[in-house]
Amino acid sequence: MSFSDTVRHCYQADIEGIKSTGLFKEERYIHSPQSSDIEVEFPIGSAIRKCINICSNNYLGLSSHPEVIAAAHAGLDARGYGMSSVRFICGTQDIHRELEKRLTDFLGTEDTLLFPSCMDANAGFFEACLSEQDVMIADRLVHASIVDGMRLCKAMQDTYKHSDMGHLEEKLQEHQDKRFRLVITDGVFSMDGDTAKLADIVALAEKYNAMMFVDDSHATGFIGKTGRGTHEHCNVFGKIDVTTTTLGKALGGASGGCVSGRRELVEMCRQRARPYLFSNAVAPVIVAGALKVLELISTKTERRDKLEWNARYWRGLLKAAGFDLKEGDTPIVPVMLYDAKLAQDFARDLFNEGVYAVGFFFPVVPKGQARIRTQLSAAHEKHHLDTAIEAFIKVGKKHGILGLGKRELIAKFAA
Amino acid sequence: MDEISKVVRDYIIREYVQEGDDQEITETTALISSGLVDSFSMVSLLRFLEKKYAIHIPDAAATPEAFDTVERIVAVVRRFQKAEVGSV
Repeated sequence: MSFSDTVRHCYQADIEGIKSTGLFKEERYIHSPQSSDIEVEFPIGSAIRKCINICSNNYLGLSSHPEVIAAAHAGLDARGYGMSSVRFICGTQDIHRELEKRLTDFLGTEDTLLFPSCMDANAGFFEACLSEQDVMIADRLVHASIVDGMRLCKAMQDTYKHSDMGHLEEKLQEHQDKRFRLVITDGVFSMDGDTAKLADIVALAEKYNAMMFVDDSHATGFIGKTGRGTHEHCNVFGKIDVTTTTLGKALGGASGGCVSGRRELVEMCRQRARPYLFSNAVAPVIVAGALKVLELISTKTERRDKLEWNARYWRGLLKAAGFDLKEGDTPIVPVMLYDAKLAQDFARDLFNEGVYAVGFFFPVVPKGQARIRTQLSAAHEKHHLDTAIEAFIKVGKKHGILGLGKRELIAKFAA
Repeated sequence: MDEISKVVRDYIIREYVQEGDDQEITETTALISSGLVDSFSMVSLLRFLEKKYAIHIPDAAATPEAFDTVERIVAVVRRFQKAEVGSV
């Protein structure tokens, strides 16, 4: 069938529908490297303006670090631009395996397999390792890529209320008749910034003979005393059967992800995970950059220490100013506004004040839970945060929300 | 509220309402379109209904629209209870 006017109109109507529900996403063009200070063109065609970036996943400030860039250049020269192959045909270089070994050491696991992204790792893992005889029991707030991966798998799906250990225990009891039980959670939840109760989950998994799966994308490199991740933070290092994580956030922020964990599970992914089998190998330049990142963060903790300080300082500034925050102690600090329109207006006003942050609302977060998600970076200096809070206060005053709690905010904007 | 409505409502509160939430669930409270229950976690409700009432609800009947309120869920249960009886 050709792309007829009828077909075109149908898609145009769908796009208009997305716009009319306020869910239309627009890109903002950044004319500078990723950092705390960026140059942004938005709306498209308008003059470029300098902004403080407070919404990136550049947690350790390594996305544009000179040593990472130099290592990536060297990798480009030594190993070329692309592999033109999937891993198992002719796409595996020595540095791919070296990076997998370095990630295994860093995460404290038995083996690691690189994927084009953590989205792909999550899309591929479940189908490769579980069957109809098994059950997957996931926290209800896990990342969308896990939901997609679970849907591709024939094992029974179940969920438990977010971080509700009583509910998880009920589910584990209910599914004792299955061959394998797999408990699935994010390490740090990306929208709320809270940390999974991994010590409790591991205890339940041991009690009910279940395996553990953790997506630590918002934790690897900076959560825990030496930045190993949520398992280090919760004192369950070595007890997680499968960790998926990304190179696309703290670890240089380019792209790539991995499955890391029990040797046999990783091998099953190498044999069966479709995103691994049917995608090109991670580009050598990214592998070389990631190796340098791991070298930088394996020996020193100064970047994750600075990030921790920044997160605490920023949270304190917002609280003192009278914003309603989601509790937590990670670099994800959600400023709760509850109303979707307010979140959009607030983000727009912040941008006009030179602060780049994004409003999130349904369906990305539950209805009535709209927010500005702020994310800290080790690339932020104190002056960035002091400037950003002035903008937040100015915009907060404009909308009359400073000092208001959840009930007051909902009441004010429901009217 | 009849027996099936009560069972369904109690299950939804137990299964989906987060502790500390003051969310009230009536027979007409929107569950899926309001975001309280998403399609990802709806699977356990479907399984509960099938087990509790010894019925089979085909995927085509388990739509977000058909499961959006306690009232509608009860209608689905009744419809397939009749179908089971009819098939004996």
